[in-house]
Amino acid sequence: MSDETNDSLKEFDKKLKAAGVGQEEALDEKERGGAGPAFRMATDLVAALVVGVGIGLLLDYWLGTKPWFLIGFFVLGAAAGMLNVYKVASGFGYAAGYKRQNGVAVEPDDELEK
Amino acid sequence: MAAGAGPLEQFKIKNLGDLQIGSYDISFTNSSLMMVVTVVLIAAFMIFGIRRQLMVPGRFQSLVELSFKFIEGLIDDTIGKEGRRYLPAIFTVFMFILVGNLLGMLPYQFTFTSHIIVTFVMAAVVFVLVTILAIVKHGMHFFSFFVPPGAPLYMWPLLIPIEIISYLSRPISLSVRLFANMLAGHTLIKVIAGFIPTLGIFGVAPFALVIGLTGLEILIAFLQAYVFAILTCLYINDALNLH
Repeated sequence: MSDETNDSLKEFDKKLKAAGVGQEEALDEKERGGAGPAFRMATDLVAALVVGVGIGLLLDYWLGTKPWFLIGFFVLGAAAGMLNVYKVASGFGYAAGYKRQNGVAVEPDDELEK
Repeated sequence: MAAGAGPLEQFKIKNLGDLQIGSYDISFTNSSLMMVVTVVLIAAFMIFGIRRQLMVPGRFQSLVELSFKFIEGLIDDTIGKEGRRYLPAIFTVFMFILVGNLLGMLPYQFTFTSHIIVTFVMAAVVFVLVTILAIVKHGMHFFSFFVPPGAPLYMWPLLIPIEIISYLSRPISLSVRLFANMLAGHTLIKVIAGFIPTLGIFGVAPFALVIGLTGLEILIAFLQAYVFAILTCLYINDALNLH
């Protein structure tokens, strides 16, 4: 393809962008503000608690140590729920790791990469 | 509307044909029927849309390309070029949920995404496959995923279980989000619609509200399919690029 056609394509792309074509991100923005993230955080908080309690109940059932694992994992589940909310709120996305969605790592990462 | 048809009546599973394999009851229900209809509709839409691959697309081809491009853009944004090979899977999940949600918006239709078992199975499949993908790609290194960077060694016994629970909560929050949105929205519309006949002339107010809510529900139908798809993308991204 010659440079000329490339240039005219770029020109066309500019025009398209100016006209607002390909602005699908608008939906994403809508999710970010308002009730969307709040609802996400709420489900994340509860989901972790459910998993914690579930693991606790199962371990108690298997090992016959009622109610100790339930109590322990309830606390851990609550902590994991808080962690989920913290991650969503501070822009880590939904990763279990500590990497920001846009690929910029946070400072503590530097220590790990030795 | 028949008396006694409460707001939760619409979520009732009805048996359409008995079927049993071994001791498992796999009867064909109205839920299964709607899933089959969804799959047939999507397949028909896609095949009809691309039957003639024109340089300048017609209406249907344009719609197909638009939906395809939408997911493609989503993958490029969240995973990058290497995510292209997961496009068929993500596109399928997106279309299945989207069409299922939209079909549920038609009057008298059953919404299969309003049942937690349906959404949970979808989320669990995504979760298990993504975890397998991560383990295949990174081997034992995958488990470093659960160690918060920079944490001192003596904190590990406490932090690792928390990270693992946080990881395991993904399919639950993913499925609950979709299911709760659909269930709550449909119930709300039905409850408010129930006020219309009892309020007489003042029933105009809830009627207007129901019209507004129906529009909102269609938005939510799109939004939840989109959220499910984007979270699937993010999970795949996590699996491909561990921290």
